[in-house]
Amino acid sequence: MEPNLFKYVWRHSKRDQLAILLLVLVSLPFYFLSLNLPKQIVNEGIQGQGFESIADTTVHGRIELPLSETLFGEPLLLFEGFRLDQVDTLLFLSFAFLALVCVNGVFKFVINTSKGRLGERMLRRLRYELADRLLRFRLGQLRRMKGPEVATMIKDEVEPLGGFIGDAFVTPAFLGGQAITAMVFIMSQSLWLGLVAGGIVLIQALLIPRLRIPILRLGKQRQLTARQLAGRIGEVMDGAVEIHANDGSNYERAELTSRLGRIFDIRFEIYQRKFFVKFLNNFLSQLTPFIFYLGGGLLAIYGQLDIGALVAVIAAYKDLPGPIRDLINWEQQRNDVQIKYDQVIEQFQPTDILEPERQDPEVAAAALAGAVAVSSLSLIDDNNVRHVDAVTFELPLDRHVALVGDGTSGKDHLTLLVAGLFPPSSGKIRIGGTDVQDMPEALLGRRIGYVDPSAYLFATTLRDNLVYGLRHRPLREAEQDPEALERWKAQLAESRRAGNSLFHLEADWTDYEAAGCSGPEELLARILEILEAVDLEEDVYRFGLNGAIDPAAQPDVAERLLEARDALARRLADQDREDLVVRFDAGRYNANASLAENLLFGTPKRPDYAAEALVDNALVRDALERAGLSALLGEKGLAIARTMVEIFADLPPGHPFFEQFSFIDADDLPEFRQLVTRAEQRGIDQLPTEDRRRLKALPFRYIEARHRLGLVDDAFAAGVVEARRLIAEAVRAKDPGAVEFYDAGTYNAAASILDNVLFGRLVYGQAGAEEAIGTAVRETLDSLGLRPSVCAVGLDFEVGVGGKRLSATQRQKAAIARALLKRPDLLVINQATAVMDGATRARLVANILALCEGRGVIWAIERAALAERFDTVLVMRAGRLLDQGGFAEVSERSEDLKLLLAED
Amino acid sequence: MSLDQEVATLRRIPLFANIDPARLKLMAFASQRMVFKDGQALCRQGDAGDAAYIIIEGKADVVIDTADGPLRVAAVGSNDIVGEIAILIDVPRTATVQATGEVVTLKITKDLFFRMVSDFPEIAIEVMRVLAHRLEKTNEQLREARG
Repeated sequence: MEPNLFKYVWRHSKRDQLAILLLVLVSLPFYFLSLNLPKQIVNEGIQGQGFESIADTTVHGRIELPLSETLFGEPLLLFEGFRLDQVDTLLFLSFAFLALVCVNGVFKFVINTSKGRLGERMLRRLRYELADRLLRFRLGQLRRMKGPEVATMIKDEVEPLGGFIGDAFVTPAFLGGQAITAMVFIMSQSLWLGLVAGGIVLIQALLIPRLRIPILRLGKQRQLTARQLAGRIGEVMDGAVEIHANDGSNYERAELTSRLGRIFDIRFEIYQRKFFVKFLNNFLSQLTPFIFYLGGGLLAIYGQLDIGALVAVIAAYKDLPGPIRDLINWEQQRNDVQIKYDQVIEQFQPTDILEPERQDPEVAAAALAGAVAVSSLSLIDDNNVRHVDAVTFELPLDRHVALVGDGTSGKDHLTLLVAGLFPPSSGKIRIGGTDVQDMPEALLGRRIGYVDPSAYLFATTLRDNLVYGLRHRPLREAEQDPEALERWKAQLAESRRAGNSLFHLEADWTDYEAAGCSGPEELLARILEILEAVDLEEDVYRFGLNGAIDPAAQPDVAERLLEARDALARRLADQDREDLVVRFDAGRYNANASLAENLLFGTPKRPDYAAEALVDNALVRDALERAGLSALLGEKGLAIARTMVEIFADLPPGHPFFEQFSFIDADDLPEFRQLVTRAEQRGIDQLPTEDRRRLKALPFRYIEARHRLGLVDDAFAAGVVEARRLIAEAVRAKDPGAVEFYDAGTYNAAASILDNVLFGRLVYGQAGAEEAIGTAVRETLDSLGLRPSVCAVGLDFEVGVGGKRLSATQRQKAAIARALLKRPDLLVINQATAVMDGATRARLVANILALCEGRGVIWAIERAALAERFDTVLVMRAGRLLDQGGFAEVSERSEDLKLLLAED
Repeated sequence: MSLDQEVATLRRIPLFANIDPARLKLMAFASQRMVFKDGQALCRQGDAGDAAYIIIEGKADVVIDTADGPLRVAAVGSNDIVGEIAILIDVPRTATVQATGEVVTLKITKDLFFRMVSDFPEIAIEVMRVLAHRLEKTNEQLREARG
């Protein structure tokens, strides 16, 4: 990257910079005109200078050709002007003033927005370049960097550059011009005074920047410490488990305190020095007038200087310190951003970085063929540890190879080298005769599948994670309406100006062909096939059951799920198990659902209709009142509170029962105890509103069949059904769309697939109900061919940051599936089944090897016994390849393999 | 059946006869009522035990697997508690308990049981008393068998 910020800015923005400069120049005459005009208005317009009487007129707007009198001997008139009397002059000048205010305002607006846009464009370019370089870093380099530090650099540290870049050339040109004009004027009035003023300016210009050097050094430190603080905070987040598990929070507090202390010291020192420099600068600026008054005064007294000239010099000097000070400030800012720029790009200049050509997406990625030939391959790290030591082997590409060895055998490093992710220290890996290190990523990333044990997943849907290996470049332009197309074109033009990527994110990037499919439907089938092989299909099916579909987008699926709803009811009836699900019935209270569900009889789509918000919902309150339930609700609440107070009284606060079973928090229990006593003494009606609300809020979560407090009698149930009707009516009239009501004949878009198929609640207290229903639902969906549709919904599951919403096993399975989906010619697996249990791992090995029949697999495997299923086994120890061959022969002769097998 | 009725049932069981009703209510509230149909197993021999059942209503057969097939060794009925051995010590279920007709039970999970015992020592004492009684009875049977 360009080390000099100025050259960098100039190279990428000279046209814009010059345009702004020109704009500033054009705006100057108008600015000077507006300065002079108030005086003219007062003198001519109001005081009537130049007018003999009120009826007299003067000429305005006369324009002569500049210099025409000297050139031609007589003035050449371009415009004769017009004559105005005093009142008209006042009007004319006042409106001219107003016009100039507008013109200057518009100039200022245009100049500032141009500067802003220029700065933002450059900032965008810089950030993109940094991110682009980050994407070209070697893995070894990336491992030495802290994520939050890099994020701080790209996000925060370059930010001030954006503000400065717009002023980078305009400000010095503008201020310099002003300062020079003032200096020239002073010089023309008095050479000596001019020299004095110039001398002091020179001292200022030399001394002040020198004094600011330590400030800049401190600024550098400030930037570094702040960056390290960001890195450290990221570490605290990543290590949260360790901190809590080791009671390390106070150590971390002290560590952060010491960092903050250092940052404080640095910042405070900067303040001290900064204000001292400011003081000195001000002093020097005021020294000049002092010399003018004293020296100039003496000269005037002795008659060596005209008093008028002295006054003019002093007046001209007024215009000098301002620009000089601003210039010095600008210089300071320039140094500051240059340092920031240096500090950032220094981190982005590693000795070894991938050439952009290696990431060219358009390179042809022909299938790999031939053999994997590894010759005297070594990998030595910074600490001189030999992870891989002179390994040589050659195997046909269609071979299934197991790498076995203990944790220090170097088999994991060997997989990274073979996949081309790490450059070897010496030796070569050739696939089909081509050095892996010379292969572009388009070839490595599409024809070789590498699975890391960490199995990182991006924070998006499972589907996006799985097809990540198929998205290398936009293949089909997204279908857009004309308006969106125009927007995209504008965005593209702006991206081009800032040197950003020109690829359209919204386009279809998925390379179906690479997965052996013709389109999205086939791809889904293929994904499910692979998920089945890696033992993840069942999990995805379950995600799907708890997911929702949009019936408007998938009317056929919704239709068939409705069929499944009826089919499930029939199936349960056939098995004589219809009692396991209590179906929703608009005319009946469902004892297996909560009171809130019974009242709403639908799925809330707005937070004010959620179960815990119903007590405060005016519409619901009104319905309860009209159904005669309001007072009853208070009684039920009191009954719940009484029972809770009674049975939880002796438990210590924080006991897990509170969280599991109680309607009342442990902290609130004493308050509720008093509340119950008061309510029993005085009656619920006499309680303050807030207390009544607290009681009434309790029953909403109450489920009769589960909690068994006997609160729902026939009268109450009838009341609830009536309230349900009133609520539905009111919601449809006043809040349409707030609740999706249960209806046996309609698909409920707000509810999960499972809830839609069940259309009721699982009965409480029936032994084996959950398993029986699970099986019945599964069989019903299977028989209607709906399983793929459900799994498709399951693929929309959001896996969370780093895939944390999945278990470690699921993450590893997903990572393997991601690699399998692109049908690599060579699949490299680096202990990616580490967290799985033995049976699952064995099953996965068999399935994956079957899927990769005829294609290469190199698997650094955790259990030596599993190597039996591979064509070839490579035995490693301490980075060296000790033996290779078929499992049968090697296990006969290799002591190491025998040992590993014995340890299994 | 409501919570209060369950508490009344629990009080008729000797193990809980001397325990404060509020405690029993908590236990009943925290436990799950579980209905088994005719032929359904409350627990199966050899399975890991995670819960004990208090029979509130109905009858069940205790069956053990032998070389000659299943052998019915006893019957249990209301107020009996089954499966408590497996949650006290980690052994697999020693017998299968199969409902004969509908059986209504209270399912006391292992977790709940241990929490109750540790929070309310009087329950622990009652459990000890019942187990000691049972030991005494076994010893007696042993003596009779030998003598």
